[in-house]
Amino acid sequence: MIKIDVDMAKCQHYGQCVFEAPNVFELNNDDKLEYTATADDSERANIEAAIDVCPMQAIRIVE
Amino acid sequence: MPDAGDPHRRIATLMVHPVLIVGASMGGLRTAEALRRFGYSGPITAIGDEPHAPYNRPPLSKAVLAESVSHEAVAFEQRDSTADVNWILGVRVNSADLEHNVVTDSNGEVHPFSALVIATGLRPRRLSVSNGELRGRHAVRTLDDAIALRAELKPGARVVIVGAGFIGCEVAATARTLGCDVTVVAPGTHPMHRSLGTELASEMQRRHESKGVVIRMKTSVTDLVGESSVEGVILDDGTTLPCDVLVEAIGSHQNTEWLEGNDLDLSAGVLADNDLRALRRNGTPWDNVFVVGDVARFPNPAYDDEARQIEHWNIPTETAKRVAQVFTGQAHGAFRPIPSFWTDQYDNHLLAYGVLSIADDVTLIEGDVTGDCVFGYYRSGKMVGVCGIGMRSVVQSHRTNFV
Ligand SMILES: Cc1cc2nc3c(=O)[nH]c(=O)nc-3n(C[C@H](O)[C@H](O)[C@H](O)COP(=O)(O)OP(=O)(O)OC[C@H]3O[C@@H](n4cnc5c(N)ncnc54)[C@H](O)[C@@H]3O)c2cc1C
Ligand code: SF4
Repeated sequence: MIKIDVDMAKCQHYGQCVFEAPNVFELNNDDKLEYTATADDSERANIEAAIDVCPMQAIRIVE
Repeated sequence: MPDAGDPHRRIATLMVHPVLIVGASMGGLRTAEALRRFGYSGPITAIGDEPHAPYNRPPLSKAVLAESVSHEAVAFEQRDSTADVNWILGVRVNSADLEHNVVTDSNGEVHPFSALVIATGLRPRRLSVSNGELRGRHAVRTLDDAIALRAELKPGARVVIVGAGFIGCEVAATARTLGCDVTVVAPGTHPMHRSLGTELASEMQRRHESKGVVIRMKTSVTDLVGESSVEGVILDDGTTLPCDVLVEAIGSHQNTEWLEGNDLDLSAGVLADNDLRALRRNGTPWDNVFVVGDVARFPNPAYDDEARQIEHWNIPTETAKRVAQVFTGQAHGAFRPIPSFWTDQYDNHLLAYGVLSIADDVTLIEGDVTGDCVFGYYRSGKMVGVCGIGMRSVVQSHRTNFV
């Protein structure tokens, strides 16, 4: 299991992460980011890609 | 320990010249990470002339400039996979000899390489004026630039920003939010016009003016007033603007001087093929010399065969990944990255995909120009870009049009 943390003070809800890890991140109807707090290990590569593309560098894997 | 005469040791040192990355910023870091991700396990050396480990530039004109600027606030997280990269920081590369696979740094040290990754980016162009040796002149590219500027953005300070591109406009918004008295001076018709087109650019001008920023377009700076520090800015219509803090955001120079004499096309960035291999002037690629990030000029078949530099934040990551794939023999198909940018000015959050500047027609496709809105950018009737203020989901729903 991977634990994910998004610093919501930094996040500007650009949703770039959504394209890289759609099982973990999504923009809700108000265009705000929602994400699952944990994900399966098989998602690791996608989450790392999401970390790379987040303009605010707001996403972290906290294990 | 084998001694120096041991033939195995000699062979080893001959064989394991590192992949050498010049420029230790986002493009350099992402290349190192991608090389590891795609299975290259040999040595990697990265040489950068800034004293800091790689950090994220966009906040330097936005949120971080508004708060307090520190390396900690913008540093990229270092991954385990690149813990063994040899970072040589605070050292400039002065020249390269691609024929002999070496570069020479500012200490005179020669670094051999098996492959070279050019990631040296851009530096700000500065005003060329006769009274130029003054304190109070700023540009915003590096962390140190932002620290110096932040110290002067005090409430009531008279800030003149020359240039109305993204960085100029972002600094204008941040300085205004901090209570400075802000004037933007630029030669074009509207702020960010070249990127956004008339409709969105004129609306953004209105939003800046409604916050109290004075915008003087079709105007340029002829000289500065001041003894030891800037006191005023002389415009081409003869007026003088009082000025405590001058921010020069008038475009960039390419950091490519160190590559001269190698038969590369350095007329704008470094010309490369679609696999980011640097090209000789006769059009043949160097097999072991790659270009990433802002300084890379490469064709993107998603649009046409014209090579362009794309100075957006997602390009270092995309080009680094492609270089790692090419280097490890795992590249398939053409490289067709979708350029993407965003900008934050006050509470206006713009997000765009595609290449807006090549459009011949711009149409409002959703919302209201004075509120949240999305514009489509078309060339010969085909969508080449989309840009919105707010309305992220709508902007994103068009992203697939460019894939
Ligand atoms: C203030 C600011 C705000 C921005 N905001 C946005 C935004 O909102 N959205 C967006 O999409 N993009 C934005 N960008 C653009 C984005 O930051 C760049 O596209 C990105 O930084 C490019 O990374 P790079 O690694 O290619 O080049 P750079 O980050 O320029 O890195 C090049 C590095 O190489 C070093 N170097 C140069 N020459 C040498 C040499 N001879 N020897 C050794 N080292 C050398 C430089 O000092 C530098 O550290 C912004 C840029 C700035 C400056
Ligand atoms: S990419 Fe980053 S800023 Fe954008 S929504 Fe995801 S976490 Fe937030």
